[in-house]
Amino acid sequence: MMQVRPKEGLQIDGFTLGEKLHTGGFATIWAVTHPDHDLPMVMKVPTILDGYDGPTIVGFEVEQMIMPRLVGPHVPKVIATGGFDVMPYIVTEMIDGGSFLPVFQKAPLPLSDVIEIAARMVAAVADLHRQHVIHLDLKPENFLQRKSGEMVMVDFGLSRHDQLPDLLAEEFTIPMGTYPYIAPEQYLRCRDDPRSDLFALGAMLYALATGRNPWGTPETLRGVRKRLWRDPEPPRAIRPEVPEWLQEIILRALSVDPMRRYQTAAQMAFDLSHPQQVTLTARAHKLKRDGWLTVFDRWRVMRKIRRFTVPSSVAAQLASVPIIVVAVDLSPEGERLAEVLLRAVKRMLILEPDARIACVNVIKTARIGIDQGTDDQGNNLHVARLVQLKAWAAGIELPDHRLTYTVLEGPDPGQAIIDYATSNQVDHIMMGARGHSTTRRYLGSVSAQVVAEAHCSVTVIRLPERGATETGPVAKGEAAPA
Amino acid sequence: MRFAVLTDIHANREAFEAVLADVTAHGVDRIAILGDIVGYGADPEWCCDRASALVAEGAVCIRGNHDNAAAGASEAMSSLAKRALDWTSRRLSAGQKAFLGGLPMATEAEGLLFVHASASQPEAWSYVTSDTKAAPSFRACKARVILCGHVHVPLLASCDIGGVVREQVFKPGLPIPMLASRRWLAVVGSVGQPRDGVAQAAWALVDTVSQELTFRRTPYDVAGAAAKVRAAGLPEELAVRLMVGR
Repeated sequence: MMQVRPKEGLQIDGFTLGEKLHTGGFATIWAVTHPDHDLPMVMKVPTILDGYDGPTIVGFEVEQMIMPRLVGPHVPKVIATGGFDVMPYIVTEMIDGGSFLPVFQKAPLPLSDVIEIAARMVAAVADLHRQHVIHLDLKPENFLQRKSGEMVMVDFGLSRHDQLPDLLAEEFTIPMGTYPYIAPEQYLRCRDDPRSDLFALGAMLYALATGRNPWGTPETLRGVRKRLWRDPEPPRAIRPEVPEWLQEIILRALSVDPMRRYQTAAQMAFDLSHPQQVTLTARAHKLKRDGWLTVFDRWRVMRKIRRFTVPSSVAAQLASVPIIVVAVDLSPEGERLAEVLLRAVKRMLILEPDARIACVNVIKTARIGIDQGTDDQGNNLHVARLVQLKAWAAGIELPDHRLTYTVLEGPDPGQAIIDYATSNQVDHIMMGARGHSTTRRYLGSVSAQVVAEAHCSVTVIRLPERGATETGPVAKGEAAPA
Repeated sequence: MRFAVLTDIHANREAFEAVLADVTAHGVDRIAILGDIVGYGADPEWCCDRASALVAEGAVCIRGNHDNAAAGASEAMSSLAKRALDWTSRRLSAGQKAFLGGLPMATEAEGLLFVHASASQPEAWSYVTSDTKAAPSFRACKARVILCGHVHVPLLASCDIGGVVREQVFKPGLPIPMLASRRWLAVVGSVGQPRDGVAQAAWALVDTVSQELTFRRTPYDVAGAAAKVRAAGLPEELAVRLMVGR
């Protein structure tokens, strides 16, 4: 067991340790070089106390198990790992933009920065959850930034990979996490709920917007427990210029019961990028904490609670609340198709009762800078389309907070739909396909392009071909995983 | 090297064939059979011959308690197992019995220890049903990975640096990294008579390069196997058991 301690100049498995960059509670971070790897790298070495240091060892084993399985811009790329027989370590790429902590320490930040940072953090967490991993220790220290803008999460020592054994499951008798950001269910020792990370995000957004943690900086578990019944000071009470929609998002993420939070990071990201369409509830307008009687009632219920309902898996949780984009053709010749599409959407909502529907329409613009913002009569085309889109969507009969309307503009409608779906982490696209025509055969149809290039499932609705049926329009659905 | 680990076939030809087809589809380098090729099921001769042919092609094959009893050794058994065994014994040729009786009790390859029951004392046929029951196996050998059967219910346990043995919850069908810092024990579950409530053949895929273990399930013609058990005049419980996987 661990024969070698890290020091500058140490050589191990071809890596040479350089400067010590950071000393943390459980590990040290070193700059390293290797003749075969021509990129800036860091090595993390756990600080194992003499004798048997169970929690540190298991935490590091968890990192060694999870990190090599993660991909994408929001996690550091793993170069190598070393065993406990000589010296345990993980070597990863060095993240060029450095730590996010100095930014966080400047809170409260300008609101535009808060919103922009929030969107980047939520995108990172959404990417992690898609890979079946719950971080469970999200805090400012665990976010780094790439120069290209992406947030990178580090320190997976408390994380849970939903498809791998949980080495930490029986290792600790007390809740694990960082007290200011830890979710109520984590306090109750649940390690299986991706919504715990959304709570931590809510706590960080609160701090970015107000300069304070929602429940201060508790140092005891007793202090942590309070958040099960005590609501935080509303952000707008601390900083009145916080818009109501942002307070709505933050307080929703901080709901005690995970069922009342955002159900996925993608849903939270969606609201952050569609602020005008966030449905405001009482919590958006709140300017005071709840009165003592309300808090007392909550305490009576919460002090007995042992667990909240847990999703069956991370993937199941993500799939339970899909975002479905419906691309609607509002032109006169698309009218019948739009009707059929509406019926298909309503049927989809029977299968996916918690889905969120994002209705989009595309205004095709000229490829080279001619402003088509107004039509010949000088009406604002954008506004006109939005009104039409809302009128169409009224037929879906879905409550407002689950419906959004967006009019996109671009020279290539298919690409506009695909880009919108990608940037909003959409799960499914539904759209109509117009009938066959020679032009379409040679130039390609919008729906064919979307089916071929979208990163999510696509359902294409068609009007029945002439002569195919005598009994009126029937939708033909083609689901294509792209 | 990729190993397919099969155990407790129990003369279930339908399950054995289905798993071997699945194994071929997964492209493995070597097959390991951890014993109990016969007993309970209706096709002891076929299963015995198939196992023997696999051994000739390089497969690892270990002796189980039913194999031992079928070869003539006296083994303590439940009355149900005893009835099935008497029937099996009459069906097997001298050559088949010699094959079963001549199988090794344990074998090691590529850092994997193959054994039918607990590695602590293989001939005692102890059941590994929990982390406590797995601990003696870790103490008894130095192998980093122990693969066994006998229980018919899959189980995974790890022994950490401090020597603490814990059962690990896993999801079937997904590769589990066998972390280098720990030792691992897997009870792979039964091909021919699963008892964990899933009426599909259980086996495991072990990759010694990526150090990953995957518990796998393969659907097979359960009704066909059960019908044969009935037609052979074997106890009805043995047919029902296949249908429900208990």
